[in-house]
Amino acid sequence: MNNITEQLLEIVSDFKGSFDGAFNIREDSQCAGRQSTEHIQIISKTDKPGIDIKVAPHTVGEKVYIPACVTHSDVNDLVYNDFYIGEGADVVIVAGCGVHTEGEESSQHNGIHRFFLEKGARVLYLEKHIGIGGGTGERIINPQTYMELAEDSYMEMDTTQIKGVDSTNRQTKAILQKGAKVVIKEKIMTDGSQVAKTNFEVDLDGEGSGAHLLSRSVAKGHSHQVFRSIINGNTQCSGHSECDAIIMDHGVVQAIPELTAHDIDAALIHEAAIGKIAGEQITKLMTLGLNETQAEQKIIEGFLK
Amino acid sequence: MLKLTDISFQVDGSAASRKEILKNIDLAVDDKKFLVITGPNGGGKSTLAKIIAGIEKPTSGSIFFDGKEITSLTVNERADLGMAYAFQQPVRFKGLTVRDLLELAAKDNQESRPISDYLCDVGLCAPDYLDREVNASLSGGEIKRIEIAMAMARKSKLTIFDEPEAGIDLWSFNNLIDIFKRLREESGGSIIIISHQERILEIADEIVVLSSGKITAQGKREDILPTLLAEEHAGFCPMGKGGQAHE
Repeated sequence: MNNITEQLLEIVSDFKGSFDGAFNIREDSQCAGRQSTEHIQIISKTDKPGIDIKVAPHTVGEKVYIPACVTHSDVNDLVYNDFYIGEGADVVIVAGCGVHTEGEESSQHNGIHRFFLEKGARVLYLEKHIGIGGGTGERIINPQTYMELAEDSYMEMDTTQIKGVDSTNRQTKAILQKGAKVVIKEKIMTDGSQVAKTNFEVDLDGEGSGAHLLSRSVAKGHSHQVFRSIINGNTQCSGHSECDAIIMDHGVVQAIPELTAHDIDAALIHEAAIGKIAGEQITKLMTLGLNETQAEQKIIEGFLK
Repeated sequence: MLKLTDISFQVDGSAASRKEILKNIDLAVDDKKFLVITGPNGGGKSTLAKIIAGIEKPTSGSIFFDGKEITSLTVNERADLGMAYAFQQPVRFKGLTVRDLLELAAKDNQESRPISDYLCDVGLCAPDYLDREVNASLSGGEIKRIEIAMAMARKSKLTIFDEPEAGIDLWSFNNLIDIFKRLREESGGSIIIISHQERILEIADEIVVLSSGKITAQGKREDILPTLLAEEHAGFCPMGKGGQAHE
């Protein structure tokens, strides 16, 4: 494992020299370390790049780390990771991707993650993306997340992209059976000429299923973000999508909701609020001793916390 | 402590539509004084408070704080010199918590007192308040009390409250009076409160009446308050005080 990988790991997965659970570290399309545990097996795929992560039924309180790092320019990484979460298991999965470029050529990571949750399983999925390095080559991260949630299962996806990623196209799809719930929280900050596209699509197929999609984003400079949320209520269910965005400088944010109720008992809500930082918020923090720049930073820090 | 000299404030507009909100205000607040500014709605009270805090800049006139001219200083520069300001309508933030704001407010005073104590002072003792976001989920009364707690946590030389009673329920209002009494004893600083409330006027050292942008009365509480109460009663009952008109 090289120094840049260690640096990226610390940012995207709080790596402190070791992981307290099962892990697989991907470095420039290669495996840089792996550990399975008694209840969590990590197995290489044989037909394409990537791994299968199998969590035994009723595994509770364990963690899996699967960070991916691209440490130099001119890398085009593609990986397929599939997670099979056994009945009644309750685990935390920490993913995350860091891309570092030092040259003119761009580098990209395309991570395609599929989750299959069995009955009553619970997953907290943490995903953090960052781009670093002084190169002019673009840092591109295109994550795809696909979730199938069986009866009464629950998945929370907490995804964050704070800085340095020049282009991202984030595709997330979830299909929910009876009583299943999904919560997706996304936080994105873009600057310069960065572009971020987010596409959430949730099919609420099972009675009593529910989805809560929350996006908070800040667009600075000349950056451009598109947030699209599609919720299909196919039975008695509840769906809520919320997009809150702060725009600064010449930033652009588009929020495009698409709610479809196929059942009279489908309750679907979309809320979107896009605007600059309210002047009175800055004034309030200035009365507490912060100058204007510090006040803006504090507001953004809180907003994306 | 605080001195305002010939302060005027006009809102922009054409010569014909320009409106004078404050007209040649002279005001001095001595150390450790409790001053209440009262008067009819639209009289310029909140504007005057904002001008003192630096949120609005006067069209003309000068402001001195501890002998130093601060007319051109920003809001945060005045905060650093020792001014605290509680908004009439507190600002809400998505993401920032009560803890975040109280820690900022008390940044120089955290060792002397845990920040949760300031919340307890305003009747919000439940520990979960600290980690709540200062957003629309808080009721008007809760956020108002948090605003007051923040101003208290500043422990400033001068604390300005713009209508602290607005949005406060009756139970909290009784506490509010106690809070001001305690703040006055403990802070050692001066307090300016914009208020219509008789019970707040009753604990003032001095009262200033601001009407149509001018100070129409100013002096010790014992001199000003009786005249205000007499005017109030007369307003309801042209023939005299209380129910005498019907007799």
